[in-house]
Amino acid sequence: MKIVACIKQTFDTEAKIVVGGDGQISDEGVNMIVNPYDEYAVEEAIRTKEKDGGEVVVVTVGGDKAQEALRYCLAMGADRAFLINDPALVGADSRAVSVALAKLLSDKEAGFDVIFTGKEAVDDGAAQVPSQLAARLDLAQANVVTDCEISDGKATATREIDGGSETLELTLPALISAQKGLNEVRYPSLPGIMKAKRKPLEVLSLADLGLSADDVASKVELVVAELPPARKAGQRLTGEVDEVVAKLVQLLQEEAKVI
Amino acid sequence: MSIVVCVEQRDQNLRKITFEALSEGKRLAVASGKTLKALLIGSGVAHLADELKKYGVDEIAVVDNEALAVYTVESYAAVLAAYIVHETPALVLLGHSAIGKELAPRAAAKADCGLVSDCIEVSSADGDYLFKHPIYAGKAIGSFKVAGPTRMATLRPNVFPIEESEGAAGAVVDFAPEIPAAKVTVTGSEMSSGDRPELTEADIICSGGRGLGGSEGFKLIEDLADALGAAVGSSRAAVDAGWREHAAQVGQTGKVVSPNLYVAAGISGAIQHLAGMGSSKFIVGINKDEEANIFNVADYGIEGDLNKVIPALIEKLKEVQ
Ligand SMILES: Cc1cc2nc3c(=O)[nH]c(=O)nc-3n(C[C@H](O)[C@H](O)[C@H](O)COP(=O)(O)OP(=O)(O)OC[C@H]3O[C@@H](n4cnc5c(N)ncnc54)[C@H](O)[C@@H]3O)c2cc1C
Ligand SMILES: Nc1ncnc2c1ncn2[C@@H]1O[C@H](COP(=O)(O)O)[C@@H](O)[C@H]1O
Repeated sequence: MKIVACIKQTFDTEAKIVVGGDGQISDEGVNMIVNPYDEYAVEEAIRTKEKDGGEVVVVTVGGDKAQEALRYCLAMGADRAFLINDPALVGADSRAVSVALAKLLSDKEAGFDVIFTGKEAVDDGAAQVPSQLAARLDLAQANVVTDCEISDGKATATREIDGGSETLELTLPALISAQKGLNEVRYPSLPGIMKAKRKPLEVLSLADLGLSADDVASKVELVVAELPPARKAGQRLTGEVDEVVAKLVQLLQEEAKVI
Repeated sequence: MSIVVCVEQRDQNLRKITFEALSEGKRLAVASGKTLKALLIGSGVAHLADELKKYGVDEIAVVDNEALAVYTVESYAAVLAAYIVHETPALVLLGHSAIGKELAPRAAAKADCGLVSDCIEVSSADGDYLFKHPIYAGKAIGSFKVAGPTRMATLRPNVFPIEESEGAAGAVVDFAPEIPAAKVTVTGSEMSSGDRPELTEADIICSGGRGLGGSEGFKLIEDLADALGAAVGSSRAAVDAGWREHAAQVGQTGKVVSPNLYVAAGISGAIQHLAGMGSSKFIVGINKDEEANIFNVADYGIEGDLNKVIPALIEKLKEVQ
């Protein structure tokens, strides 16, 4: 089996967001991590390999620093890594990212059986790349997956839908986007970290992929980012329990008008 | 040119987010001099067109085909993309629901359009549109532009007000694109919310956290939810402890909700929890720790033991109803 995991390097979820003078978000001094959902994707890829044999290839579109995220995945147990890094991909939207990934996976690294991704990146909160990539590669897909079983050229995936869950059977090759609950993510072991240093990590430009800057032109542009208006602390209701709940119900009816 | 709303139905019932998208679509159509069209996809769904007419829709394109009886993202995205190519609308709106958040990007790739997900505001000026979408788990709001001719957006549920409007033609037309052979079969589904409203659609949500002390503690939250006609949510701590299924988790790694009223009981108000419910219109915090962070965002804060406060609150609610 050839198993692919798509990962993105994102801000630590605790990071404080600072908007620079240019109206864009500053990454200065921010601790970078592997997007939390992508850890589930990498973990599932490694477990699939451990069960059925084969290799795990991790891929990302990003800048130089994203090599650290790839090394982390190699230390978890992935076998090879690709970083697609090109000046024309700075500020890339989901279209651009998915076009670049699709080219790599249909050309140089063709012949995969399954692609795992996260269900969404915690920075852009878009949940677009998995579906765009599946569309470009004409793959069956299951999103927001909490349980996955691969055998006999098929994937059986349970996924969250509004108000419940559903189970899908997909013909391979297919794309699976991971939700929390899919597995328990392992930490890299010390030998794993040592080995990862020698595992192949290839950096590719657009030209290496046979793409032009036009091919990956973004359609979506972040004009400006701003901090949301801070929510203010409201009233504190104090007194005996009976008085407090009576006051609350009155406020909900008359002031908030929500009940 | 037109603004198109891709209708969401489940078991031939229209989802609330569709009315929100149609209402916003109508406001934008009026503001930017466009017609409003609806795309209705499914099998045996043509009769739903009547209800769509109430929202000032000029035209309803119906794709009614047995092959579309069960939703799959592949088949529905093929239909939506074919319609976009056929119609070249200025704007396509869907709900940011479980379906919309996968259907929109798959169709966007096929029709080669730019898409902004999970919008909380859309405005029009000078023939273009500006989309606001929370990024970094709501720690910032991005304003986005999308290169035309067709821009796509999914709308966060419960944010855009529902408004009926009259006077549009509401003509029904058939659209019959090719539907690709399925590579996916849906082999089963399970609904868990029972009689309670679905979390992302609910007007009121009652959520519990570690402060409930155990899965039995959730009985209190369920009783309160039933007294308010609310959905039940949870913090991650309560999910990790196994007191509640993950589908109920609200927050950065759970659901993003924006109900009119969010009641957080025994929840400290960690930043990752706030990411999921910070855009609620009103927040009630019930916590025994006077310094709990939830009080920094709550409109109404009750400092006390939830085991005393919630039963008294349920009694009071029964009294006034
Ligand atoms: C990457 C990442 C993602 C995360 N995603 C999420 C997410 O999606 N959703 C989420 O919720 N969290 C998330 N978290 C976890 C988050 O940081 C907190 O740990 C979690 O929200 C705490 O849950 P809690 O408020 O229920 O528990 P606690 O923080 O332990 O708070 C319990 C509260 O209950 C109060 N209490 C106790 N007993 C009573 C009583 N009898 N009456 C009244 N009050 C009482 C206490 O005073 C306390 O404030 C995430 C964390 C990380 C690192
Ligand atoms: N730059 C990227 N490189 C590789 N994979 C990505 C990239 N951006 C997003 N993805 C994948 O797509 C998922 C959803 O991301 P997004 O569409 O940005 O919310 C992520 O969890 C990753 O698995």
